[in-house]
Amino acid sequence: MNIMPYVIRGLATGGQFALVAIGYTMVYGILKLINFAHGDMFMVSGIMLIYMAGSTGAMPIFASIIIMVILTVILGYLIEKCAYAPLRTAPRMSSMISAIGVSYLLQNLVSYITGGLSKQYPEIPGLSTSVRFLGVKDKLSVFVSPVVAIVLMVVLVLVINHTKFGMSMRAVSKDFETSQLMGIKINRVISITFAIGAFLAAVGSLLYFSKNTGINHLAGSTPGIKAFIAAVVGGIGSIPGAVVGALIIGLVESLAKAFGLADFSDVISFALLIIILVFKPTGIFGEKVIDKV
Amino acid sequence: MSDIKNYEIKDFQHDSEHTQKEKLLEIKNLKVQFGGIKAVDGISIDMRPGRIVTLIGANGAGKSTTLRSIAGIIKPQEGEIIFQGENITGWSPDKIVSAGISMCPEGRKVFPNLTVLENLKIGAYLRKDKLDDDIEYVYSLFPRLKERHWQFAGTLSGGEQQMLAVGRALMSRPKLLMMDEPSLGLAPLVVKDIFEIIKTINQNGVSVLLVEQNANMALKVARWAYVLETGHITMEGRGEELLADESIKEAYLGKQKTK
Repeated sequence: MNIMPYVIRGLATGGQFALVAIGYTMVYGILKLINFAHGDMFMVSGIMLIYMAGSTGAMPIFASIIIMVILTVILGYLIEKCAYAPLRTAPRMSSMISAIGVSYLLQNLVSYITGGLSKQYPEIPGLSTSVRFLGVKDKLSVFVSPVVAIVLMVVLVLVINHTKFGMSMRAVSKDFETSQLMGIKINRVISITFAIGAFLAAVGSLLYFSKNTGINHLAGSTPGIKAFIAAVVGGIGSIPGAVVGALIIGLVESLAKAFGLADFSDVISFALLIIILVFKPTGIFGEKVIDKV
Repeated sequence: MSDIKNYEIKDFQHDSEHTQKEKLLEIKNLKVQFGGIKAVDGISIDMRPGRIVTLIGANGAGKSTTLRSIAGIIKPQEGEIIFQGENITGWSPDKIVSAGISMCPEGRKVFPNLTVLENLKIGAYLRKDKLDDDIEYVYSLFPRLKERHWQFAGTLSGGEQQMLAVGRALMSRPKLLMMDEPSLGLAPLVVKDIFEIIKTINQNGVSVLLVEQNANMALKVARWAYVLETGHITMEGRGEELLADESIKEAYLGKQKTK
């Protein structure tokens, strides 16, 4: 049996999950909040493209993609401003519940607009073309996904570790009040974090949905939960962790299919999560606590 | 005793009359409330440039709340905070840092996940000019920080973290440096070092507003001192005068001084 196609498809799905997982992990890193609406935002960005350039839309595809990415970033920004910013000083559980509320809001809004029916995702020229690489014939998006995920991760890590803005992000993630005393506008840093997360989710949705034909209002929940598992497996709060976790989840699920265990792929991902949580609760790249009193 | 105090206050008023325009910081009737509890209830403070002024008092007297209100972290319910003739009440923390006030918070609060050098750089977050001279200046005050500039601040000892917190607060080139409990949790020898540095910083032209529970040390370095009790100022005077005051000795300095 040739295992190569499964490895490549696994890395592709992993790369797409990774782009979503980075959004989870960044928001968690800075607000200690699991943004449950992130997967649904991913779905909304898919739906937006359908309405602009799909069967019901008539806009040119490339312009639509650009507008979709911009609208998703604005959506990410607005979710933070409306649902999380007012709860900044409230107990963390309040934001968590607010996140679940936003998740349902987005799902139901889309369900209302689409009537709950699956919509055809538009063909994206280039991404949907078949190519042959390493003896595997598949859509270009499959080969591109892990590369895009890794490149964006590297860029993001460089920005966070080597720029002034990245330094302020790291500071805000540790201590809001002291960051304010340094003159950092924490609300701006948090907004930009959400915007970056939304941007990556929009790119991820483009790659993920281009291989899936129909999407409906629930299309974000599976990739959302898989990306969340990936972020936890990799060590939530760590960006490289999210990417490595996502590639592992994608690979494991794909290999399960290769060995005829396709029906068990979800079981295997969750089992992996449980095993990691038992043996290394902070995840693969989990942060060591070095605070001193 | 009260005669002495009155005399001292008069002296201060006389002192400040002919230099009225030169007030660095003026707080008028500041009131801060948390959920029905008045943490600060009508405090007025005057501070002239170039001085070390201290607020002493027990836990919960409202010292930290006063500093955090000046820094813009807490919005006061009433009162005015005037810095260099400008009413900064209710300004956002970043504008207050730009205006020339910086704060070294209680418990040091260095960023453990940033290196020592990054902690210094983040202290100058709002500045756009070159930082090399300021970093060298901080290193000259605290040579230990230079040796450890590449280390994560979380790996430093308590005393080193306090040095870093002071250095970080200096990086914004403040005119007024507010320090909240710099001696907290430090060994006596280290506390002595820190207070020496406070004096040096002051001699280099930075005014210092010092909040301390270690009243003994604070009163020794301070030109003028305010005593806070449950949100009110109960006494004020020259540092050395309060140091000799019997009631202060009893309440804040320990009994051994009264033998």
